Amino acid sequence: MSSDTPALPVVKRRIPASVMRRFIGQHLTEVVSSLVAVALAIFFTIESPNFFTSANALVLSQFIAPFAIFALAEVPVLILGEIDLSVGQMYIVSPFFVTYWNHAGVPVLASVVLALLVCCGLGLINGLVSVSLRVPSFIATLGMAFALRGIILIYSHGAPTNPIGSGTLVNILGGWPWSEAFWALGIAAVMHVMLRGTTFGLHIVAVGGNTESARESGIRVDYIKIWCFVLCALLGGLMGIVDGYHLGSLDPATDGLTFMFYGVTSAVIGGTALTGGRGTMVGACIGACVLGMIKNGFLILGTSSFALDLVTGLTILVAMILNVQIELATSKRGSRGSFGQVVSVIFTIFVQRRKGRVRS
Amino acid sequence: MTPNGGTNEPAGVEDVLRTEHISMSFGPVIALRSVNLHLRRGEVLGLVGDNGAGKSTLVKILTGLHRPDGGRIYLEGEEVKFRSVRDARQHGIETVFQNLALVGELSVYHNLFLNREYTRGGWFRFLGNRVMRAAARQFLDEIGVNIPSVDTPVAELSGGQRQAIAVARAVRQENIKVLLLDEPLAAMGAKETSLIIGLINSLSKKANVSIIVIDHNYTHLFEICDRINVIQHGQVTVDKSLSEIKLEELIEFMVQTFRGSGKTLVD
Ligand SMILES: Nc1ncnc2c1ncn2[C@@H]1O[C@H](COP(=O)(O)OP(=O)(O)O)[C@@H](O)[C@H]1O
Ligand SMILES: [Mg+2]
Repeated sequence: MSSDTPALPVVKRRIPASVMRRFIGQHLTEVVSSLVAVALAIFFTIESPNFFTSANALVLSQFIAPFAIFALAEVPVLILGEIDLSVGQMYIVSPFFVTYWNHAGVPVLASVVLALLVCCGLGLINGLVSVSLRVPSFIATLGMAFALRGIILIYSHGAPTNPIGSGTLVNILGGWPWSEAFWALGIAAVMHVMLRGTTFGLHIVAVGGNTESARESGIRVDYIKIWCFVLCALLGGLMGIVDGYHLGSLDPATDGLTFMFYGVTSAVIGGTALTGGRGTMVGACIGACVLGMIKNGFLILGTSSFALDLVTGLTILVAMILNVQIELATSKRGSRGSFGQVVSVIFTIFVQRRKGRVRS
Repeated sequence: MTPNGGTNEPAGVEDVLRTEHISMSFGPVIALRSVNLHLRRGEVLGLVGDNGAGKSTLVKILTGLHRPDGGRIYLEGEEVKFRSVRDARQHGIETVFQNLALVGELSVYHNLFLNREYTRGGWFRFLGNRVMRAAARQFLDEIGVNIPSVDTPVAELSGGQRQAIAVARAVRQENIKVLLLDEPLAAMGAKETSLIIGLINSLSKKANVSIIVIDHNYTHLFEICDRINVIQHGQVTVDKSLSEIKLEELIEFMVQTFRGSGKTLVD
């Protein structure tokens, strides 16, 4: 044994900095989050016989899919260093737009298309207000969220209704139990290719990473930002229509901000930096899985709905602390996520204080 | 070469770039009052001036990033008004900005091709990463820039390497007529400096590219430039070809004006 020990560091040094290592280094948050997801799955499987079943797979997919779509919608905006607080409210109002156009005499399919166009228009307003009028997106989209809530409560008199239409179209949109999961997977695939494989995606990362450099490289920064707000609103609206048909009823009083925060939280759990410049679609989906499993798992365990929020909050915190700490421990440059920065600052102060105490 | 006569001549064809009375203010701050300068074909013009003299602002105007409040720009005798960086690039103006305009999160090859990506799939503009990666590798090897991997995020490179990438990006373009270099040697070691100086020399002599270099190291400037312009308080105050001014004279002049302005401030 003792003769082997000195040989170990030599062997370690010989390992080249492989592609795999670079990948893990660059996507550490995603890797850690998927480990957290696996750990949660194992935990709930041990704790309850009802978790790892085909019946629950469907239920779980219906938890994860909306979180995933909100997260996917937010990722480009977050990479830009902006945020869209209105995406959840877009989700609440879009099925009412379908109803509105249908009552105006437009066929269901066309109404859906029109409703999505209206959402794009509202996203365009978000973009123009924050980019052209220079209102911080946090405020611009918060204003939009409240305005949309007001409009839809006035329009519906606060009364829940049923979504318009029936048949194959409705089944594809959301009537079929698995349709939400398929929408989420499809949107994830498209968004992933968009972000990683097109100039548009590259320019999003460029603008988010260094706006001034992007501008000096001739990238139309404003145009990129506005399109990301439009895309976010479109996905929020689409999700609303899908989920409306899935649930079979529309409640105008539902709080959209909560949905939006689930999306942002999923994205951040999956490695998107709130300060911009970094984020992946795969990570957003992993984050949504973590969040969805927490919700679904603790419900299965019989946690009361009051305690559920507490448990959810604590689990998010634990998952993020784990994530940040592992990242800090392994990365040479500790400047990744905003959480990472905050924790590293606190950590440095703490260490310096202790050093000071030791000296004195 | 006609010494110091350029400004008095009519807009001759030998002037690739000429500016007349360029002015620009940022709110109350007057960055440029009235800049008249000209640049001959294949010439290397050194631009010196204190910090805040307006050098970078002039570069940003010439490259389409800022629109000047007043004045005219002539490119090969014709008046041009750049609407964007893309527009200026299409006219053959390439720039290395003072802050380098690199994105730390992106790889070396994505930075080299930023906003000039090799794409496939028409309207969708899918990135041709493999082509870009290979082309980046080949080009950097060709000009002698030593980067271990073109996949490395630029944030992980040294200051000198980053500057080399920024310069490489500008000189890679084929239709380049005018190259603007805003303090391209600031963070560089001796080896990288001589590499860039070599690049500048070969571009101006072989490819007949006209170059404006901004730098605070007058020794370097005297190595590469044909002519020196001094910019002070938003104006070109000295325009001398190298045959008319010695390094010591320039240093003396700059130090004196610096002291002079200090005096007036105190008085
Ligand atoms: N974007 C800007 N906004 C406001 N003021 C600016 C801006 N860019 C430059 N300035 C001001 O214009 C003046 C000239 O700056 P600059 O062109 O960067 O000088 P130099 O490159 O010669 O050091 C400075 O006083 C600077 O503060
Ligand atoms: Mg400058």
